[in-house]
Amino acid sequence: MSLGLLLVQGLNGLQFGVLLFLVAAGLTLVFGVMDFINLAHGVQYMLGAYLGASLAAWTGSFWLGLVLALPAALVCGLVLEWLVFRHLYERDHLSQVLATFGVILFLNEAVRAIWGSAPLQMPVPTLLEGGVQLMPGLQYPVYRIAILVAGLAVAGLLWVLVERTRIGALVRAGATHAPMVAALGVDIRGLFMLVFGFGAMLAGFAGVMAAPVLSVDPGMGDTVLILAFVVITIGGIGSVRGAFIAALLVGVIETLGRSLLPDLLRLVMAASPARQAGAALGSMLVYIAMALILAVRPRGLFPVRG
Amino acid sequence: MRAALVVLAGLAAAPFLGFGEGYSLTLLARAMILAMAAVSLWLLVGGAGLVSLGHAAMLGVGAYALVVLDDARITDAVVVVPVAMGAAAFFALVTGAVAIRTSGVHFIMITLAFGQMAFFTASSLAAYGGDDGYTLYGRMTVLGHRWLEDRLVFHYLCLGLLALALLGTQMVLGSRFGRVLRAARENALRVEAVGFSPYPYRLVAYAAAGAVAGLAGVLLANATEFVAPSYLAWQRSGDLLFMVILGGLGSLQGAVLGAVGFVLLEEWLGHLTEHWRLIFGPLLVLSVLFLKGGLVGVLRRG
Repeated sequence: MSLGLLLVQGLNGLQFGVLLFLVAAGLTLVFGVMDFINLAHGVQYMLGAYLGASLAAWTGSFWLGLVLALPAALVCGLVLEWLVFRHLYERDHLSQVLATFGVILFLNEAVRAIWGSAPLQMPVPTLLEGGVQLMPGLQYPVYRIAILVAGLAVAGLLWVLVERTRIGALVRAGATHAPMVAALGVDIRGLFMLVFGFGAMLAGFAGVMAAPVLSVDPGMGDTVLILAFVVITIGGIGSVRGAFIAALLVGVIETLGRSLLPDLLRLVMAASPARQAGAALGSMLVYIAMALILAVRPRGLFPVRG
Repeated sequence: MRAALVVLAGLAAAPFLGFGEGYSLTLLARAMILAMAAVSLWLLVGGAGLVSLGHAAMLGVGAYALVVLDDARITDAVVVVPVAMGAAAFFALVTGAVAIRTSGVHFIMITLAFGQMAFFTASSLAAYGGDDGYTLYGRMTVLGHRWLEDRLVFHYLCLGLLALALLGTQMVLGSRFGRVLRAARENALRVEAVGFSPYPYRLVAYAAAGAVAGLAGVLLANATEFVAPSYLAWQRSGDLLFMVILGGLGSLQGAVLGAVGFVLLEEWLGHLTEHWRLIFGPLLVLSVLFLKGGLVGVLRRG
């Protein structure tokens, strides 16, 4: 295990963490404001990837694909909100979980029916092709760095929106005590539509950005969804700051654990069992970390509500 | 319990009413096994108010315990069943110890995450087939006899165990233990005020439900003679939760009605079209939105 490998995997982990944050941010805000648990949020990420890949192939340009996929993802999110989700706000979490689970079944199958089960390819844009030299003899793809930069930029933008604007103040107030905000004359439904649409678009954006490096297939939203849940549980539900820190943490632990643990274990045991135990342990690591953090702080690192 | 008794009687008579061939019996066995898992989940959701979205992991731990023993050529039920149920209960105890400290939506997410952890662990067990799954050498023996190879025996075994699970859960709910559990679901604060701590009660219920689900996993593995990580997929946890709600949270028999209804619906839609989930998903949404009280509720009103 060399320093170069560690550097590359660390960067990969941060980049995955940034993608996770884009998905988790919408999830945590929607839950914070409306007390609504939306399993179908991962589907939004998948739709983003599919729409981006198809539109990029159709227009022949990654950038046009990206620009067109964002409003398309927004429209999908708002249609779902209008059709299904808004009938669930007054219901218990169990109903919300099940109904949004039904939405996942439908959309995963719809994607399979339209695009087929085989993974879709999306080419890296020419502008971001090639690699940069991190160390002598060690290249790192420019596109992956672009994901990292774009994700951090969006995170910064989100921070300004939530912490420094009037709408952000309303969203934070809504997350702390929604009925009080409604009683003060704020249209909480309208505010929620806004948060929801924005969250859907962020997840869609993450999907488009991920499409050229990860495989675009019908189950891709589910994996990200569950990790996003881990992120917002660790970070404290409703907290964007918590989601950001937890997302980077989860991204790095997940990536480093899966790639480095087999090598680490080989120092203390034979190669074949080390590979197996390492793979098993590596995939468990994120959840073990979550269990440890929750054992100490049951409401996450940055709980919003006392 | 009337509706559940009718369903159980129907299942008992099914082999003599023209459902005796292999395919129908396989389908019915699947329905009964999933009903057993749904009954154990009902104890958590309906009984204790703990909405678990990781219940399939218990099923899977039971099934994989069987796989490990099968690989070592230990196939007698006398050993396999207690070990598998114990393994599932232990997994439930350890994960439950963390999960039950939280409540509400945190609990849903944590059980989902632990379920996913078990899923990835099963996928990485290369010695037991990894992603591809593991084909058993054969069904379990009972004290050296190969009784389970017989379709009818297996059918009635599943039925008997389902009835036992139903009866046992009913008795637990009626006991002092069950009353504390149900009281804590309604108002944990008041339960604490009269001097009970809900935590150990919930944890024991969680482990017990895990053990029953583990037994269901053993039966499912025997029914198909094949175990794969898909046993633990989070979609199956969602399916189980849907069975419980479809039947109705108001009474335990809902779990049986829901599971049988679910399996039959899935089968029927599967015959209609390859993309049956396009119909199934919206049906699920509609049933959550409009079928309040579940099938049991419909039967009561009708």
